[in-house]
Amino acid sequence: MSGIVGYGAYIPRNRITSEEIARQWGKDPRSIQRGLLLEEKSVPGIDEDTITISVAAGRDALARADVDPQRVGALYIGSESHPYAVKPSGTVVAEALGIGPEVHVADFEFACKAGTEAMFVALSLVDSGRVEYAMGIGADTSQGAPNDALEFSASGGGAAYLFGRDRVLVDVLETYSFTTDTPDFWRREGQFYPRHGGRFTGEPAYFKHVEAAARGILARSGLKPEDFRFAVFHMPNGKFPLAAGKALGFTNEQMKTGRVVTTMGNTYSGSSPTGLAAILDVAEPGDRILITSFGSGAGSDAFVLQATDLLPSRRELGATVRSMLDGPRRYLTYGEYAKYREKIILNH
Amino acid sequence: MPSPRYWREIPGRYRLEAGRCHGCGKVVYPTRRICPACRGAEFEPVLLSRRGRVVTSTVLRVSPDDFVMESPYAMAIVETPERVRLMVQVTDCEPSTVQPGMEVTLEFRLIRKEGQSGILCYGHKAVPVVAADTARSR
Ligand SMILES: [Zn+2]
Repeated sequence: MSGIVGYGAYIPRNRITSEEIARQWGKDPRSIQRGLLLEEKSVPGIDEDTITISVAAGRDALARADVDPQRVGALYIGSESHPYAVKPSGTVVAEALGIGPEVHVADFEFACKAGTEAMFVALSLVDSGRVEYAMGIGADTSQGAPNDALEFSASGGGAAYLFGRDRVLVDVLETYSFTTDTPDFWRREGQFYPRHGGRFTGEPAYFKHVEAAARGILARSGLKPEDFRFAVFHMPNGKFPLAAGKALGFTNEQMKTGRVVTTMGNTYSGSSPTGLAAILDVAEPGDRILITSFGSGAGSDAFVLQATDLLPSRRELGATVRSMLDGPRRYLTYGEYAKYREKIILNH
Repeated sequence: MPSPRYWREIPGRYRLEAGRCHGCGKVVYPTRRICPACRGAEFEPVLLSRRGRVVTSTVLRVSPDDFVMESPYAMAIVETPERVRLMVQVTDCEPSTVQPGMEVTLEFRLIRKEGQSGILCYGHKAVPVVAADTARSR
């Protein structure tokens, strides 16, 4: 099977703390921090969206691969916050990355799973020999309705993965997908904010699909949790991935590096792909990695990956996830946050 | 800015494509037909480095309609290592901290929206290399 030849991630510099959001609505910040395990989240600037995040992540993926963008034959962007209702994000991103015009481009949607979906299709096209290189991106600038539990988690960011056959940084050993019709979270056409089924988003939705996909890929690959150095599960909050991982037999140590949600928030389609990028920033040759996404509606994609000898030198060519999470950042008041997220209506 | 003009400028705006004069080596951005230095008419395309230094800057507090949500914001003339100067908005920082000599990177951002229903216009903005305050209290 072919593998990852380049990867990149991007997280906006603005942050808002759980404490600041809780203060606005008279909630107890400690119950959010303890209950959801969320300290703060990234906030996209007024000039940032799924397209700009994809370009930033895609540029690092191309730099780490050192591949001429003209050789990229397919580009897929998974997001639930594509800036246009009609007009693909991928056309702008391809043009900015210097990819095309000989390229197949599409935007994918599947709630929070659209990023791994784009990766799965990109990988499969390279495997089939149809294209030489293909890029799959997961990026979002998620919206949570004011005073909804989602407001503490919905954030912005994303990651890009370039797949190819030669000079592979990370081998893809196995893939697995698990999908059913489950109405746990949705947004109807024309509605500004998504709605969710409260507690229904847990057992019958997140846990059922994440655990089924992870068990499925372990069975198919003949591997056990202890065969992995790292595991990352979709991160709607800090608590769910820990609980799912524990039920599957993974330790906190295996999940620590990829569980970036506590200070990044839930970047939806960018969530588990950005967690994976944080893992690739530190993984050693031979390390096995499990990634399992989740998208409401509902489904999960899982990949078993293994780092090659090339990874350590190539990752130096791009920005690390930790450098963006821990580096320069701006803390916003709720008022600034409301402005940035266009919750303020101007009189034109 | 009407959509067709925006569309024509995509290579320069999205990829920072410039032209290097065959005659004297000067890099011109945006690209043009005649070299302002030697009047040569042959250019090869080059990509500008996505970094530079602020030459001069100002803060806009009374902004055009499409930028009201962003004001106040800094505009700067930035010089890249190719000695090309471009005027860009400076983002992700306190506008008053933007000063001559400041090192910046050039990042792909949404520049403006054509009203409520028009197209979205993208391009590059400058971001200070040591961006923003990291202090938690404001
Ligand atoms: Zn000349």
